[in-house]
Amino acid sequence: MEKHQISRKRKTYIIVMKSLMGVSAALTCALVLFLAIYVLAKGIPHITWTLISTAPSYLTENIGILPDILNTIYLIFATLLLVIPLGAGAAIYLTEYAQNKRLVSVIEYAAETLSGIPSIIYGLVGMLFFCQFLKMQTSLLAGALTLVIMNLPTIMRTTQESLKTVPQSYREGAFGLGAGKWRVIRTVVLPGCIDGIVTGCILSVGRILGESAALLFTAGCAHVLNGFFDALGNAGASLTVALYFYAKEQGEFGVAFAIAAILMILTLLINLLADLVGRYFKKRRSL
Amino acid sequence: MKHKKQLLETVIHGVFLILGLITVGCVLLITVYLILSGIPAIRKIGLLDFLLGDTWASTAAEPAFGILPFILTSIYGTAGAILLGVPIGFLTAVYLAKMAPSTIRNVVSSAVSLLAGIPSVVYGLVGMMVLVPAIRTLFHIPDGASLLAAIVVLGIMILPSIINVSITALEAVPKEYEDASLALGATPVETYFKVSVPAAKSGIAAAVVLGVGRAIGEAMAVMMVAGNAPNMPSLFQSVRFLTTAVASEMSYSDGLQRQALFSIALVLFLFIMLINATLNFFLKRSKEG
Repeated sequence: MEKHQISRKRKTYIIVMKSLMGVSAALTCALVLFLAIYVLAKGIPHITWTLISTAPSYLTENIGILPDILNTIYLIFATLLLVIPLGAGAAIYLTEYAQNKRLVSVIEYAAETLSGIPSIIYGLVGMLFFCQFLKMQTSLLAGALTLVIMNLPTIMRTTQESLKTVPQSYREGAFGLGAGKWRVIRTVVLPGCIDGIVTGCILSVGRILGESAALLFTAGCAHVLNGFFDALGNAGASLTVALYFYAKEQGEFGVAFAIAAILMILTLLINLLADLVGRYFKKRRSL
Repeated sequence: MKHKKQLLETVIHGVFLILGLITVGCVLLITVYLILSGIPAIRKIGLLDFLLGDTWASTAAEPAFGILPFILTSIYGTAGAILLGVPIGFLTAVYLAKMAPSTIRNVVSSAVSLLAGIPSVVYGLVGMMVLVPAIRTLFHIPDGASLLAAIVVLGIMILPSIINVSITALEAVPKEYEDASLALGATPVETYFKVSVPAAKSGIAAAVVLGVGRAIGEAMAVMMVAGNAPNMPSLFQSVRFLTTAVASEMSYSDGLQRQALFSIALVLFLFIMLINATLNFFLKRSKEG
């Protein structure tokens, strides 16, 4: 076979495009590597037992981030507790009940709009509505409720996607055996959408962990050690908000980097978990 | 007995309907609250003075509330981030979707999702400690906290959205298109850029618009690197974005100043709604093929 000759112009084009792609991909990877290594290297030396196990005190000039860690956990817990039934319920309505096409598209459009709104606007409206109008003051509960609205579209979307994979024949079988709609949902549909809810939860945890702008004015910036129910009624800083204040207002960069390193490690773990869970569900579905 | 069962079904249907309508309720709540709280200050200041006034001096003896510097900064900052992030993100996406061997693809994909998961305050912190001093020494300016620093940080932060949405669009291109191009004698690289990319152009446009939305809405990272002075935008000067204008004064504001902050949020919200509508347009088009 005669070897096909490519013109010089085409050859240059190919080489240029190939190298541009290589450079871009390498740059992206280098950025991630740099960010991860820099933050971990700067932060891990500052993570001490006293830092993560005490509350800050002006008397002893001690800086501890235990309250911020707990606040973050409380926020994640309270938000998930509320957002799972709301989001999964909305998804079930859309896939199982809704017949009016127009209503479905309105709801879906609303969910898309919610996912596009920047967190600073959530923070502002959360402050106006939850803290002022509903008189919750600046509290973790107001912060959690704001986060519920933010994460609603995520849970809705992942649940909806998993509901679509429940075969129609399962539902028909259950109906054929005389089950009512609610019973079908309880026994056939809900078990089928667990994977979507779990995936949605992991994504939401990641998002709550990284959220700061929406919490600044709703949950506040106090570093007081509280139990779960006391904490909900009081102001409290999450890890991200604490990072912001230590870095920007107080110039405590060691503490800020320690928090950043903790956040980075948690982000890595969440990504890993999401990957594993995704693979597990995929495998289980193909069986 | 049968009657009771029917009642139960109706009640449950109603409950799910309410749950379904909650998202709509939330959007309405946000819209109504922003409009109600944003209008009074605009009425007091005057729409044109508010939008086109070039001085913001909210705490001065004779306060001025012109937000043109914030609007322009947000637009320039976003444009800069797009200029920086889109080429890198787009080329990375083409590489990952079409050329990369599966091991490299997996590694880079997890790197990209890590990039997406890093909290914005961490970006802000690294920007503050690395980028800002670097800009100061590199360009010999007194303070590195500037529009340029914000653009670089935003450019990096929008990479994951651009890469992920573009990959989805590129993977949806029918294989027949590429096969036909290859059969006609085009090389793989030519095929990717002259057949696959044009076929996925709506999806890639959606990726860019998503990036615009992310960049214009980012607050915390920008607040930490942009310096926060209400100047007219200039690359090496301290600037304030729409988002940071709201965030930086909220904690100590009252009266007309506080109302004006709500009006800024309303302006930002209108920008976002416009971007959302554009995004939906492109997403719909890319679904239709």
